[in-house]
Amino acid sequence: MTTIATLIPVLPLLGFLSILVLPHRHGSDRPGWIATGAVGGSFVATAITFVWLLSHEGHTVVISLFSWISSGPLTVDAALLLDPLSITMCLFVTGISTLIHLYSIGYMHGEKDFRKFFLYLNLFVFSMLVLVLGSSLLVTFVGWEGVGVCSYWLVSYYFTKDSAASAGKKAFIYNRVGDVGLLLAMFLIFTHFGSLDYLTVLSQATVVPLSDVLALLIVLALLLAATGKSAQIPLFNWLPDAMEGPTPVSALIHAATMVTAGVYLLVRMSPVLDLSSTGRATIAIIGGATAFVAATVATSQKDIKKVLAFSTVSQIGYMVMAVGSGAYVAAIFLMVAHAFFKALLFLGSGSVIHALHGEQDLRRMGGLQKYLPITFPTFLIGWLAIAGIPPFAGFWAKGDVLTKVYEYNKLLWVLGLLTAVLTAYYMSRLFVLTFRGDERFRDITHGSDPHESPWVMTAPLVILAVLSALGGILNLPWVHGTSLAGFLAPLVGEEAGGVSHGTEILLSLADAVAAGLGLALAFSAWRSTSPWPRYESKFFEAVWRWDDAYDATIGRPAQRLATFGAEVVEPRIIDGAVHGVAGTVLRSATGVRKIQSGYVRHYGLAMVIGTALTVLFLVARSW
Amino acid sequence: MRSPLLIIVLLLLPVIGIATLSVRPWDARMTTRIAASLTVVQLAVSLVAAVGYHSRGGGAFGLTYRRVLASSWGLSFDIGIDGISIFLVILTALVTALALLGASHGERTFVRWILLLNVATLGAFVTRDLLLFFLFFELTLIPSYFLIANYGGPARSAAALKFFVYTLFGSGFFLVGMVYLGVRHQHIFGGDVTFAYDELAKVALSPAAATWVLVGFLIAFGVKSPLFPLHSWSPAAYAEAPTAGSMMLSALLAKLGTYGLLRFGVALLPDGVDRVRPYVMTLAVIGILYGSGVAAVSKNLKRLVAYSSLAQVGFIILGMFSGSLVATNGAVLLMFNHGIITAALFLLIGGLERRRGTSDIAGLAGLQGPAPVLAALFTVVMLGSIGLPGLSGFVSEFLVLLGAFNAHPWWAAVATTGVIFAALYLLWAYQRVFHGVAEGDNATVADATIRERSVLAPLVAAIVVLGLYPALLLRTIEPSVVTSVTHSAVSHGGGQ
Repeated sequence: MTTIATLIPVLPLLGFLSILVLPHRHGSDRPGWIATGAVGGSFVATAITFVWLLSHEGHTVVISLFSWISSGPLTVDAALLLDPLSITMCLFVTGISTLIHLYSIGYMHGEKDFRKFFLYLNLFVFSMLVLVLGSSLLVTFVGWEGVGVCSYWLVSYYFTKDSAASAGKKAFIYNRVGDVGLLLAMFLIFTHFGSLDYLTVLSQATVVPLSDVLALLIVLALLLAATGKSAQIPLFNWLPDAMEGPTPVSALIHAATMVTAGVYLLVRMSPVLDLSSTGRATIAIIGGATAFVAATVATSQKDIKKVLAFSTVSQIGYMVMAVGSGAYVAAIFLMVAHAFFKALLFLGSGSVIHALHGEQDLRRMGGLQKYLPITFPTFLIGWLAIAGIPPFAGFWAKGDVLTKVYEYNKLLWVLGLLTAVLTAYYMSRLFVLTFRGDERFRDITHGSDPHESPWVMTAPLVILAVLSALGGILNLPWVHGTSLAGFLAPLVGEEAGGVSHGTEILLSLADAVAAGLGLALAFSAWRSTSPWPRYESKFFEAVWRWDDAYDATIGRPAQRLATFGAEVVEPRIIDGAVHGVAGTVLRSATGVRKIQSGYVRHYGLAMVIGTALTVLFLVARSW
Repeated sequence: MRSPLLIIVLLLLPVIGIATLSVRPWDARMTTRIAASLTVVQLAVSLVAAVGYHSRGGGAFGLTYRRVLASSWGLSFDIGIDGISIFLVILTALVTALALLGASHGERTFVRWILLLNVATLGAFVTRDLLLFFLFFELTLIPSYFLIANYGGPARSAAALKFFVYTLFGSGFFLVGMVYLGVRHQHIFGGDVTFAYDELAKVALSPAAATWVLVGFLIAFGVKSPLFPLHSWSPAAYAEAPTAGSMMLSALLAKLGTYGLLRFGVALLPDGVDRVRPYVMTLAVIGILYGSGVAAVSKNLKRLVAYSSLAQVGFIILGMFSGSLVATNGAVLLMFNHGIITAALFLLIGGLERRRGTSDIAGLAGLQGPAPVLAALFTVVMLGSIGLPGLSGFVSEFLVLLGAFNAHPWWAAVATTGVIFAALYLLWAYQRVFHGVAEGDNATVADATIRERSVLAPLVAAIVVLGLYPALLLRTIEPSVVTSVTHSAVSHGGGQ
């Protein structure tokens, strides 16, 4: 059985290697099929492992592959940790990856670097699986950085475009800032727990006494890591730029999987988070603030992918807020549901972009409803799901989060509810501007009608639509007797069932009303698109001027400082001192004239010989 | 095979090379072939020596041999290897071979300088006598000087002189410290004066005296490494030297500095280390941040690598001065890793320079289009340098930071931010050189040649293998670090 479990990460790695090594005819779709097969196989292996794990005592198995690092008291094995959390992650990661790989065969068909695309995509899936399956923080870190570098490659996939190259770099640098957090967290944890293994650390978290300050520092370091990878305040603004990558990449990496890694890390470390209430509160506030800020920004974006990007930031904000509130299961539930409907929405938008020959501007869409018979209804489901309309997945998942946040803090709940209104609003705006109203795309298509995408692209849409519609069942125990919460509970601790049944129903009602309100607002506001710029805010569109602020306070001063170092400190101070000393010495030396007349080498040789003689002289004298 | 003869063979091979090339003027191809095959043999012999050394159990010196050459001067031919030096020996053979295969035009004198530099560096790494070390250390100056001054770029003369005078100036401080140690030894134990490592290790200096000797060593080896602020010779020298010269300077000669500091400074003068530790660690951290900052705004790729080396060496020195076993292991590993990575970077930049006639960033753009394989090779090496887990640079950097954090959290925490800057300056340079649209001469740049691919292959392979399986080196390094540097696996370790 362990062999099959090992195959989960190994198959995508083999896919990567075989695409790397095997020769491919240019224009052939074969690399795409190899990659899809590898990831599909990984999904099957995951499913088998899942069933096996259900019957396994304690639902926890560690598979050690080889000893990776051993130095002094530090030993780290390359080992996989199979438990309810990691297998849940693996299931949706491999499942959605398979669908997106399939979709990409159609979407990327005919691209010059088709092979390279799938090379990176398989390596990404491998890294993501290492991230979630790693049995220690350090192995997770391997995957963590691996997905980061794959993201860098895929965002700057169209490297001849300056904006794409810059976006890839920006994504990597912002992630690196977060990585410093993870490194510091590892240092702190190792110093105080003597290990980086999850099972060791987590079992000791409640036993080894930890000072409040130290617990807070660890939690904040983990939070910094999460804000980088999961695009939260203050490191969120790399994600919208990352939309420069091909749309399947946005769907897979920048919506469904990689960007949720920060949430995974926090949930994985939940027993440690519970040691610091201040730390948890900070997490909740960061999540809530990000959810709200990103939702306001999404209301005023004109690029279809940018709207979805900020929506992702906002939704992950919900997850982070849930983590801060101690609602770990709700966070994972929303993560899975979000993976379904956000992948669906991105792939749907990709289908739209495909139909419009690469156009991404909402101002040049509209009325596509009747031309895209599969994309339209599936997108509709995705829209209703994310907007939080019952009975789609988003309603249940977001409802769970908001209920738990309500128990934790009423103010945050209000913020969350407000964000829910905004979510329904901006998604409905997107929906209306894309599919309904007048046809504003005619000059792009040169008058002809747009066409629906091929089956490899629409089949994943249909499957994801079904999942988005029914995904709520995952955590509805009255439907199938067991639930995600029951499965994950042993890992993250029993959740306090604080609110009464009546309150719970009232809260759900509030969610539904919020969603309906947002919908209604958007439909009335965007009934007509002329004159255009109504109900949009320049401030929101410019992302609250966040990038400008960083540029002014960090970017430009840092560059000035570095330039000062290179142009003043280096030549004048550091080199200046040397020249000063050397000049004085040389001037007083008799060899000056010879140096100037070009006998440098003789002079140098003389110095070496001189030094050697000095040694001997000193030695002889001392004796 | 555990005979000290192996080491003697290592030293003789380049000498044979120099002699052969001096007998008659071979043509350029043959010259390169002779020299390269000798260094490849040298590499094989060094690997045999490593296996032989490790099989014996490791820890203390192995393959030792000692013969007094001049008792009245205290000079003895005293050689041996341990887990700290053996990988630097391998590195020396490897980098020399690749420099000859990948960046030599086969000019006879040039190749002889390379071989002389090889034997001098190797001699310094295998010697256990401080005076002999000093002589080898000084001997490296001559070939380095001529490689820069006769085969370098436009500003070569100034760069060569600066390098020469600066290093010579520094080594004087080593000389004084060493003589002082020898005199003290004779004073305490009587007999002939000696500079043998084992003998000098017995000398108990007062903390004040140990500190002064260590400061002298710090200046000598700090120049060579280089340690901030003693680095100003290095950007000029690395940028002006021919590719083979830059490779050997940065990958090997710089290690002579960090190696000397560890072996004769940290290991021999622990009382001094305790006193200077906060200052040295501060300089190391400044070097990391300052080097990264200046690298980011460097206008030339070779200068960029020079400043990046300043940052990397900062990590090495931070690790070895932290007093932590884990960090010292990391520092020794990083010496090797930095050697292969920086050699690969200079090879790649040399390739760009050969194609485009410049290594100025402004003159290069969009090269990934016409040269995808070259770009891919550069990417792997760059990611190794950035410290991407799974590649070699990460393990060593992580061990340094983890160990240092345990003992001195503030320094390590500040140093950790260096990982951001490393990504920043390399990715930015990569973007400007390889991304974008290639126009003009850049558009017709040839992709990596077979020769380039095969020369880079061992380096790239090493970067990957040592990232996934660092135990290959660590299991030999650690016992020697325990034996000769930290003396304890428990009290100085990280963790409980």
